[in-house]
Amino acid sequence: MGRLSRAAWLYIGVIAAAAVAVIGYGPLPGTEWSRLAVLAVLFLVCESTPTSIMPSRVAWSPGYAATLASVVLVGPVGAALVGTVSAFSLRRGPTIMQRVFNGGMYALSAYAAGRVFLVLGGPVGIPTRDSFPLIIGPFVGAAAAHIVANYGMVSLVLGLTAGRDSGRRLLNLRLSLPDLGYAAFGLLIAALWSVVGAFAAILVLIPLFVARWAIAQFADQQRAYEGTLRVLCQAVETKDFYTRGHSERVSRGSVMIARAIGMRPERVEAIRFAGMLHDVGKLGVPTKVLQKTGKLTEEEYAAIQLHPMRGLEIIKEIGFLDEALAGIMHHHERIDGCGYPMGLAGDEIPEFARVLAVADAFDCMTSTRSYRGARPVADAVAELRRCSGTQFDPAFVDALVSAVERDGWQTPDTPVAPPGEPVGPGYDHDDPAAPLRVVGSR
Amino acid sequence: MSISQGRVSVGERGRIVAPRLRTRPWRPGGTGSRVVIAAAGLLVAVAVVHTLLVGAVQPRWALVFTALVAVGELLRLNLPGDREAAPIGTACALANALLIRVGPIPARHSVLQVVAVTGIGMTIGALPHLAAGRPARLTSMAARLLAVAFAAFAFRPLAARPAVIEHWWTAFAVMASLLAVAWLITVVIETVIRAGALRTRWWVTFTDEVRVQGPLGVAIGASAALIVFAAEAMGLVAVAVFIAPLLVTQVAFRRYAGIRATYLQTVRALARVTEIGGYVDAGHSDRVSRLAVTVGRELGLTEQQLLELQYAALIHDIGQLSLPDPIPGGATVLVPPEEQRQIAELGAEVIEQAQMLDSVAEIVRRQSDAYRDPAATPPPLSSRIIRAANAFDDLVGSSVNPGKAAAVVERLRLDTSAEYDPHVVAALGRVIARRSPLPPP
Repeated sequence: MGRLSRAAWLYIGVIAAAAVAVIGYGPLPGTEWSRLAVLAVLFLVCESTPTSIMPSRVAWSPGYAATLASVVLVGPVGAALVGTVSAFSLRRGPTIMQRVFNGGMYALSAYAAGRVFLVLGGPVGIPTRDSFPLIIGPFVGAAAAHIVANYGMVSLVLGLTAGRDSGRRLLNLRLSLPDLGYAAFGLLIAALWSVVGAFAAILVLIPLFVARWAIAQFADQQRAYEGTLRVLCQAVETKDFYTRGHSERVSRGSVMIARAIGMRPERVEAIRFAGMLHDVGKLGVPTKVLQKTGKLTEEEYAAIQLHPMRGLEIIKEIGFLDEALAGIMHHHERIDGCGYPMGLAGDEIPEFARVLAVADAFDCMTSTRSYRGARPVADAVAELRRCSGTQFDPAFVDALVSAVERDGWQTPDTPVAPPGEPVGPGYDHDDPAAPLRVVGSR
Repeated sequence: MSISQGRVSVGERGRIVAPRLRTRPWRPGGTGSRVVIAAAGLLVAVAVVHTLLVGAVQPRWALVFTALVAVGELLRLNLPGDREAAPIGTACALANALLIRVGPIPARHSVLQVVAVTGIGMTIGALPHLAAGRPARLTSMAARLLAVAFAAFAFRPLAARPAVIEHWWTAFAVMASLLAVAWLITVVIETVIRAGALRTRWWVTFTDEVRVQGPLGVAIGASAALIVFAAEAMGLVAVAVFIAPLLVTQVAFRRYAGIRATYLQTVRALARVTEIGGYVDAGHSDRVSRLAVTVGRELGLTEQQLLELQYAALIHDIGQLSLPDPIPGGATVLVPPEEQRQIAELGAEVIEQAQMLDSVAEIVRRQSDAYRDPAATPPPLSSRIIRAANAFDDLVGSSVNPGKAAAVVERLRLDTSAEYDPHVVAALGRVIARRSPLPPP
């Protein structure tokens, strides 16, 4: 969490104080302490082995199952007590303040869930056969309250410590199927308690841990997969010295636009890949054409214009969103219909392609080329505005400009051409200032 | 990358569209799988007829379980290595076999009713897949059904015993051991069929199967036990709640299988880059990887090792991308050994950057090393396989002439004193002889 602001200190303090107050105020009449202890151990096991999800500092664990089971078995205050165990997670990493926050946050979430459960008429204690199916309604209410409270408090603390952006990003994570599935585990533990006692906890943990094993495997593969995509991008860049880092930056720019216009997270993910791979077709263009100084012949120009199609050939069998493929194929189309390879116009151009086109041109202008230096961001913005409506989709130009104003834009270091390497292209196909050319007669 | 002595590589250069690189799904066709399918089919037929004649006991529960099995079969998923599983369906069917009571009422259904319910449920669940043009994997379905049938045969007579009814721990102990045996049955059936179809070694196939089916098997077994106890605690009305945890596991596995498939496709795309860039013949990477995997299987590599071999073989030429332009004339064979080694080293660096499996980088790095080099440790087996497969493909190319293939194998055999591993070349010879037998003179 780094250095904490005063607001963050205050917030974590309030949460911890509220948790202590809730538990201290009680009541804990007739609480089964042994049952509580088993549930606390279960929760500790779940909390100590989390799998991380996208925003790297948020850990995701099946702890819901244990706290929600506590809601049913020992009531709201007992559940809050179980929740505080999160502070003692065996996982290395969290700082003292993070532990305090986690403990307080889980206690309050569990307490809220317990209150909702009681309000909706749920019976506290080991459910009997007669409790079903009526108990399901209050339980679902409790689960929803738990998840919402959890997400709300975590988003707020991330907002206070890491800028509003990542907090909002977490809220965008829709409450996914696994969350609700884990919640159902809670009811299962509670119900099985009447048949097999505390062994219920162990029995329920087994499929949970298999699921987590699969998720961990998934994460490993995901890392390897992204590494391979990066190699694919590097392969493009080895062919053309001056475009080093270009794919990475176009990817970043596209994601900025996508976030600014409120795209769904999985589409943002797809456009990130599309940005990384948008020029992969250049591998099919002879190096001497890419690095030629001086004017290109008609044939050479045609070879360059073919690169979106070549890119499609290379990656069409990778099973990610078709939208990303369409984006890569059409990223040199223009709103006025004078682009390539198909000459699509306006809304005919896929949304991904229109986003990529803006980010692509912007990065090209703000980085150094052999025949000119990098232009300042302000100039590039002016150029984008000038071409807005003819070459670019105005909505996406606005989105990029406002995102760059807010978050800044990291321009690449000026590359120093290695000795012996050709001076670089005399023509950059991405440069909007380059004269528009159409092969053949029109 | 090619062999060191100057030979012209055969193949069609300059073709831009790579051939469709799809692995053909493996179709069971051996005697083993036919026996398994026939046994399961016969069993279901007998069970259904018997149940219809006698009438179903506790028909409402039977209907609920049929529906659950059908839903589970509908949600079946593909596992890595061309396998299929239906965790939800299998867990529900096993739970039906092991059912003790629903609420306070003891379960009285017979073994044959369990088989009938499972068979009908699976068939219903498979129909939409057939309608969508996805062929049914009868062997997998049959193996699952036989495992359930075994659990039912063993447990139904015990279900009414006082020890099982009164003490949950004896019930659980019996269930756990039966589930373990049922799991072993599916593993053995799959092993027999795979070893026959893929010509792999028995023990290797068995351990592979245990490794792949292990985690999911544990999840299925635990879920089945959960459902049995939960049915006692909650009754069948709350059955929807049992499905949720299974769905979590299912979703996790599906995502894992999905990303693995995507990953392989990405590695293939990377392989295609060298082809579209004009560095190697179209189809070269794919042919080398197929040949290498077949040879590796012949030599008894495990599934994980085969996977690494496949990745490494697909991108063994990636280091060439660091060359400014393709080697003129397309004759990569003219590259001297020192440069070959350098290209291999560059390729390995690229792969290390990608944070792919470390072993893949090592395999690519050592692929151009001679088998017998007194100055160095011998390269890993996978590197030796790729070296031989690559040399073979460079000399034969896309030619299908069996005489030429045999001649090339003979040529490689002459080089086994220093360049190639004799075991690898012998295995390669067997694979090639199987693939394209020489016509009798």
